[in-house]
Amino acid sequence: MDLLRRRLVARGLAAALGLLGAVGSAAVLRAEPASIVVASTTSTEQSGLFKHLLPLFEAKSGIAVKVVALGTGQALDAARRGDADVVLVHDRPAEEKFLSEGFATKRQDVMYNDFVLVGPKSDPAGVKGHDVVAAFAKLGTAKAPFVSRGDRSGTHSAELRTWKEAGVDLAAAKGDWYRDVGQGMGPALNAASALNAYILADRGTWLSFKNRGELGIVVEGDKRLFNPYGVMLVNPGKHPTVKAKEGQAFIDWLVSPEGQAAIASYKIGGEQLFFPSAGK
Amino acid sequence: MPSLHLEDLVLCRNGTTILDGLTAMIPATGITALIGPNGAGKSITLRIIDGLIAPTRGRVRIVASAPVRRAFVFQRPALVRASALANVALALAPLRLSRAEREARARAALARVGLADRAGDPATRFSGGEQQRLALARAWAVEPGLLLADEPTANLDPAVTELVEALLAEMAARGTKVVLVSHNLGQVMRLAADVLVLAQGRAVEHGPARAILTAPQRPETRAYIAGELPWTSFAAVS
Amino acid sequence: MLQTLDDTFLRLATLDRDVLAIAWLSLRVSMSAVGIGLALGVPAGAFLAVAAFPGRGGVVGLLNAFMGLPPVIVGLVLYLLLSRSGPFGSFGLLFTPTAMVAAQAVLATPLIAALTRQVIADSEAHLGEQLRSLGLSAPRRALALIHDTRFSLVTTALAAFGRAISEIGAVLVVGGNIDGHTRTMTTAISLETQKGDLSLALALGLVLMGIVIAVNGAAALLRGYAVRAFG
Repeated sequence: MDLLRRRLVARGLAAALGLLGAVGSAAVLRAEPASIVVASTTSTEQSGLFKHLLPLFEAKSGIAVKVVALGTGQALDAARRGDADVVLVHDRPAEEKFLSEGFATKRQDVMYNDFVLVGPKSDPAGVKGHDVVAAFAKLGTAKAPFVSRGDRSGTHSAELRTWKEAGVDLAAAKGDWYRDVGQGMGPALNAASALNAYILADRGTWLSFKNRGELGIVVEGDKRLFNPYGVMLVNPGKHPTVKAKEGQAFIDWLVSPEGQAAIASYKIGGEQLFFPSAGK
Repeated sequence: MPSLHLEDLVLCRNGTTILDGLTAMIPATGITALIGPNGAGKSITLRIIDGLIAPTRGRVRIVASAPVRRAFVFQRPALVRASALANVALALAPLRLSRAEREARARAALARVGLADRAGDPATRFSGGEQQRLALARAWAVEPGLLLADEPTANLDPAVTELVEALLAEMAARGTKVVLVSHNLGQVMRLAADVLVLAQGRAVEHGPARAILTAPQRPETRAYIAGELPWTSFAAVS
Repeated sequence: MLQTLDDTFLRLATLDRDVLAIAWLSLRVSMSAVGIGLALGVPAGAFLAVAAFPGRGGVVGLLNAFMGLPPVIVGLVLYLLLSRSGPFGSFGLLFTPTAMVAAQAVLATPLIAALTRQVIADSEAHLGEQLRSLGLSAPRRALALIHDTRFSLVTTALAAFGRAISEIGAVLVVGGNIDGHTRTMTTAISLETQKGDLSLALALGLVLMGIVIAVNGAAALLRGYAVRAFG
């Protein structure tokens, strides 16, 4: 009786181990439908846009889209290594460089949104208005607390361009007031919220961001805050593993009337986040 | 059956000399008892014979017509956290037996020490006496040509001591050479044919048990048997 | 703070199937990694405890240091190896659960090996002389000692599981935190924190802690029962 019980326990243990192994191999061997990897930006992922778009595309095409959200710079680097099939980013100069290096043969406009300058609602630096360059100049002079992404993202590039246009020499002016957090849009907004600091953010992430604290939009509507997104298929000539057919299908859908309508229909709190711009 | 030639064994550890030129010829039959005070080097000698420790100098020659299977019974039995049967079977692992043969032999050995009905029980939960019986069953099962026993009854009650002594005697009668370390001189008298007396890492006297225990020739032996202390000052007395 | 906690429990009550899928992926990945870690680490640790060879002290020291491997570094190195441009790029494993299993296995194996070595060395101090006197070969002795310490090794496996399921650095880099594919509990928590949805992040954190506690509890029960049955 005693021995029998022990045998049962031993069998149970063996079965549990076997199950564990089976679960493990299932994780490894699970058959995948056709899928592509899209390297994109934290702003598109964290704004929830992909969660809105991808089910529509997947239902239509049967192609699964896996989005890896990185800064624009990292996203392009991942594509350079051949780890993505499609890139969807928002830093025009960096995109042009990517093209000139031959990692893609064509860039297409997809959509745009805009950046907003976010800061304390009380606006201690007095920058409220519609002129972002003037606002940055004031921030630089007042040395008002400011949080920078500092991660080579498209938003980071836009911020650096604006400092330049405002005539603020960051290298010289940098100090305690300028916090370079080296993270994505969300963490940077969290930091700004904690420090009650100014920050340049994309509207999409700002709208979907929940931990706002005392922050609000202080500058918007400047045409220099225009933030265009481009999409590129990674050149199969550089990386033969690129799934060109499926990747192109995704791009074609994004710029098609159907895809463009889907982008336009994504709203948070009644507010449209991205504006279609294909073919414009 | 093997006879053992201990040839000028020297063992030094951390600057102290534990064995200091131990030389003896242990006969091929019966039970040989190693006696002597603590620190004389008895346990170390058993371990050198078994090959568990390499001497600094000298060697042990085991003289026999065929390779000799050895078994060791320690003062404190070391058992694996498994059933009694598995512990005995583990000792049989090097013997290249079939699974069925191994189990049969292990069960027979357990039966011999009176643990047949405990075969499936966890060995580490046995009482001290049961654990030592199990250790003896493990030695019994391999049918050794040479059994080294290091104070096997030091921690046991009289009933288990009697069983252990009976087992040692039976193994010796069946042709196993037994080398026994013991401080129990009554036990030595009951079991041993010959006695080798060690003191300070040397063999001081070797002869028939009765002769040595009743009429020791050497002062070291007399002192040990009489329980004279302190042993270390003895050299000065002589 | 109180408001966040309030929200957290509300969110906990309404967690959907997505969260279950993420939790299941975390569990699968970390258990597979621990499985691989046990298969490699236990024999390696037992070998180190039983065998004597020159340089053993150095290997043990290195192994103990490897217990503290930074997950991000492991992730980065694996990323470079598995990248299409890396030496194993042709397998296309980057941004897959397999890559995450591999990364966590790299983290778990040295931990398991080092803890196993310690456990077995303690057992060897007690049993080693007896086993050697039985004339058993080194692998057989190692096996007997593994058997002897099997209940302690459960704790080792749990420690490795805890390290695997709670790390984010490695799975984020090699998995890519892809929604519905490689998003684990930790990367999801990080993402929700980044989005500023602290109550959801906290709710997910509670789920993760629940998983860890449940696995530990199940192992403790199993172990308790096994100890009673097998000594």
